[in-house]
Amino acid sequence: MDYFVQQIINGVTLGSIYGLIAIGYTMVFGIIGMVNFAHGDVFMTSAFIALITFLILTTLFGITSIAVSLFIMLITAMLFTSLINWAIERIAYRPLRGSFRLAPLISAIGMSIFLSNFVQVSQGPLNKSIPPIVQGEFVLFRHASYPVTLSYKQVIIWGITAVLLAAFWFLVARTRLGRAQRACEQDQKMAALVGIDVDRTIAATFVIAAALAAVAGTMYVMYYGVVSFADGFVPGVKAFTAAVLGGIGSLPGAVVGGLLIGLIETLWSAYFSIDYKDVAAFSVLAITLIFLPQGLFGRPDVEKV
Amino acid sequence: MPLLVDTLLRVEHLTMRFGGLVAVDDLSFDVREGNITALIGPNGAGKTTVFNCITGFYKPSEGRLGLRHGKPAVWDALEPLTDSGARRRVHADGTLFLLERMPDYLVARQARVARTFQNIRLFPGMTALENLIVAQHNRLMLASGYTLLGVLGFPSYARAERAAMERARAWLDRIGLLARADDPAGALAYGAQRRLEIARAMCTQPVLLCLDEPAAGLNPRESAELNQLLRTIRDEDGVSVLLIEHDMSVVMEISDHVIVLDYGVKIADGAPETVRNDAKVIAAYLGLGDEEAKIEAEIGS
Repeated sequence: MDYFVQQIINGVTLGSIYGLIAIGYTMVFGIIGMVNFAHGDVFMTSAFIALITFLILTTLFGITSIAVSLFIMLITAMLFTSLINWAIERIAYRPLRGSFRLAPLISAIGMSIFLSNFVQVSQGPLNKSIPPIVQGEFVLFRHASYPVTLSYKQVIIWGITAVLLAAFWFLVARTRLGRAQRACEQDQKMAALVGIDVDRTIAATFVIAAALAAVAGTMYVMYYGVVSFADGFVPGVKAFTAAVLGGIGSLPGAVVGGLLIGLIETLWSAYFSIDYKDVAAFSVLAITLIFLPQGLFGRPDVEKV
Repeated sequence: MPLLVDTLLRVEHLTMRFGGLVAVDDLSFDVREGNITALIGPNGAGKTTVFNCITGFYKPSEGRLGLRHGKPAVWDALEPLTDSGARRRVHADGTLFLLERMPDYLVARQARVARTFQNIRLFPGMTALENLIVAQHNRLMLASGYTLLGVLGFPSYARAERAAMERARAWLDRIGLLARADDPAGALAYGAQRRLEIARAMCTQPVLLCLDEPAAGLNPRESAELNQLLRTIRDEDGVSVLLIEHDMSVVMEISDHVIVLDYGVKIADGAPETVRNDAKVIAAYLGLGDEEAKIEAEIGS
């Protein structure tokens, strides 16, 4: 039982990170109907930006306050990653809009390879690590000799994820930009005709997706303390799995899907085999696509006669 | 054709060819300010093609489409603008646009020509209220100084947003949907969706409202309500309306001016009573052969 509670805590933490990345997949899919395969590498790049920011802060400026350095890491990563994703959309996707469906997809795979290679060449192929930023934990309860703990890192991840999701929900449901995004998602031509700048709205979507991925990237660095150029692929595909499980195009679906994938992966590692955790997560993708192709929250495509 | 002072939209020698098919052939007509102008004709006459040319969906093969904002003196700029190759010319008294040079979204945004389609194209997943607010997006963007002032919480933006909300509610009230403001547009009844679509087009603050078969599929009571709505749009909002319609009870009752198309050619142009009694129009609608029509026309004259 104690072991189980501990696994749930760990799974929700991992799931928060997947959920934040999955929102990026699902938003971009919703608005332009394209799976942005570069999104995982955008996440990885943001983790590197956070890591570099941390090193600059500690070595150059000698900042020791954890809160200050985490805050600056987060802001810097969000800013630069948004800029990168904005540029990717502008250069690699926008010129292909209106082209055949596979064109932007292939372009996305190209951007994914470009980003991971760029980071590999510029940062080196080895794992980059930083000393643990946040240490310490709450002991929730202790049974026999097994303590169930909630580390400060996990509290930070839960807190930031919850705050961001609330802000994000407000943005989509209540603001002008959110309305414009939903309008573009439902009928792009008509949205343009009622005065919405579709290109600007799509660009804003990529910026928001990147900002959320950057939050995930920063927390990834803080949680694991290590990142490599190849770390975009597997978390990226798992977040994509989360988006598909939740129903691609559905925002609450992405969050719930992320949490479920995090939990499945953690529980599988804890009770079965840690070597097969990726197999477990990706089996979910196959099973979802076969038995529940519209996902948990997705709307099935209704063909009107 | 002399240019009347109250001409809002002037269509001159409009021709649209699709390969070898001439859908619209050398069509000229005026839409006058403050009028409800109806474009009628049998199926396949080219009415929707004319709409698509006016609203920038098609680039006409030939012809000129001038639209005026502001005072009639703006028309003086027509020839210089045509020669300059520009899309619009700003004049002391207003602006003149050449619609055939503009893509659809600029016709909507800059020239402020709003349109509806034969099939309903609301944002079905958004509420009725949101559909009307999203149509005021452009104005809110300006009021918010492209987001900056809005983010900084300037009172001018909050005011603009309140005004947008009030305008949306006022329109819902006018079309009798205030009680259903927060229902998804896709869940409304067909007739209600039609009215909401017109209200949404009006929320973009157009100078010209183009409606493609607004009465299609409406029952007689809904048709009568539509007539009333279009009259108030003309009389109270002062917005000119150009509509394609098959329902003659709508056309004859509310139009100030009727233009009849057949096989892409204009066969009649005038007040509803005149057009109704026009022999060529009767022939086109009743499907007489060309020879008989000519004889009929001669007898008629």
